[in-house]
Amino acid sequence: MTPTTDGGRLITGPMLILFAALVTLPFWVQSVGLYQYLGVEVAIWMIYALGFNLLLGYGGLPSFGHGAFLGVGAYAFGLAQFHVLENLWVGLLAAILVGIVAGGIVGLFLAHRRGIYFALLTVAFGQVFWFVSLKWFSVTGGEDGLLGIPRPSADFGLVEFDLSSNLSLYYFTLAVLMIVVVALWRLVHSPFGKVVRAIKQNETRASFLGYNVRLYKWAVFTLSATTAALAGGLFAMAQQSAFPDVMNLVSSGTIVMMVLIGGGFVSFWGPVIGVTVFFVARDVIGSITETWLLWFGLMFMLSVLFKPEGVAGLWQDSSGESPA
Amino acid sequence: MALFEAQHLHKRFGDQVVLEEINLSFEAGQLSGIMGPNGAGKTTCFNLLTGLYKPDRGQITFGTENITGLPPHTIAQKGIARSFQIINLFDEYSVLENVVIALPRVRDHGFTCHRALTNDSETADRAANVLAQVGLAGREHENAADLSYGDRRALEIALAIAAEPRLLFLDEPTSGVGTEGTARLTELIESLKERYTIVIIEHDMRFLFEVADRISVIHWGQVIAEGTPDELRTNKWVQASNLGKLV
Repeated sequence: MTPTTDGGRLITGPMLILFAALVTLPFWVQSVGLYQYLGVEVAIWMIYALGFNLLLGYGGLPSFGHGAFLGVGAYAFGLAQFHVLENLWVGLLAAILVGIVAGGIVGLFLAHRRGIYFALLTVAFGQVFWFVSLKWFSVTGGEDGLLGIPRPSADFGLVEFDLSSNLSLYYFTLAVLMIVVVALWRLVHSPFGKVVRAIKQNETRASFLGYNVRLYKWAVFTLSATTAALAGGLFAMAQQSAFPDVMNLVSSGTIVMMVLIGGGFVSFWGPVIGVTVFFVARDVIGSITETWLLWFGLMFMLSVLFKPEGVAGLWQDSSGESPA
Repeated sequence: MALFEAQHLHKRFGDQVVLEEINLSFEAGQLSGIMGPNGAGKTTCFNLLTGLYKPDRGQITFGTENITGLPPHTIAQKGIARSFQIINLFDEYSVLENVVIALPRVRDHGFTCHRALTNDSETADRAANVLAQVGLAGREHENAADLSYGDRRALEIALAIAAEPRLLFLDEPTSGVGTEGTARLTELIESLKERYTIVIIEHDMRFLFEVADRISVIHWGQVIAEGTPDELRTNKWVQASNLGKLV
């Protein structure tokens, strides 16, 4: 509650460091043996992971079916391009709106559950979305998905940016990531964020203090699903396609692993660290061995066994920082 | 007219009747006590009155409003706060944050997302004021989980009074605290008595007889006696029960 803490600021030191690293990424990424498109992937997954951590780290609500909302956003973006208007804003708005509706409806079934029942229901709903995407061929394109989704330019009225190159798409995605980081930072330090964390710690007490726990859980689930759908819209742009794989159980589990390995339970920055670790593991270990996922899985197991607070927890231990 | 009334409350779990024909009435400005031996149904009664359980039969009124069966958060919003026998805090939060969350000004703006709570110095001042009332001034930035048992018990009460209630239910506030802790709580509750209408459920008879204006005795799931502490000392039903030895 002291006014000098970072929580009261809109822009913080770690944010500036992250933004500086990502803004300059295209200038150094190839010199470390990686490639330009990786930046697009990392930025999209960071958006997804930050939104997911709102649910897991702050709300204490483990979703193992969140890939459904990434996929829903991707399909909404593609379908809006094909059937409504080939326009970036229309596509992203469609992804967000469909995310709100899908998350809101699923959230209605989950908000009064907790623990294992909450987790199992998220798995079940995730599987329902995945199955629908596979079987509703006339809309989703079945196993092949939607192919050839256009990448419309970013039209700001006075100025228009062509996003057909990976570099321009990267900077656009990075701008969205920056907005998401600032918005979520403010959100988790707002009264809403504090109440959600209180509910995670003690649902009963929060209820007896006058908080409608179900409503807060529903709201945080819907917000998290919407952020995932926004990431899905960007994913469809980046891949120029939308397909069922992103909605399957493995994909939904990957985001959980990323957030936990990064330290989402103890730090706002945990998801950012986790996504970075995952993609570095994929591309660096993956360049050495095809079994990179095995090694990443082992890293995850070691983290859970010996440092459940993840990389952010290790950092806090060594620097003496308190959880943020 | 009583501030809070429960009429003909009945509760059963499976085939076991836990409470039967419970009638209770709490006057504004008084400290009322509920006592009874272990297993008498005190806690179930408390949970019915504060909304954790719904009664199978009967009616609960607060002021002029029927609050029977309302969920706990709605009852709390109407001005009824409670503490818990088993300490129920937000352990990842600091002492100050625990109280901040309990303040109605935070609750009423709970869906505010655009401003940081850390920048609200008036909220922090109010929370610090509540902490001073329960003897936790200067402990604001300690972790709730790191407090001693007695201080956690005081913080438990702080959360209830931070809600600015019209009626304060305290569930066994002396539970687990020693003689010194009970003396501290007696002093605290005596000071709260001047500002709040309080209902205490308690197994420590000496403590309850010291602080309460009126006491209801629950035994075998029923209210067997009611009155001032002096009246109860001579009550034939209290004497007939094993409580007679204690009062």
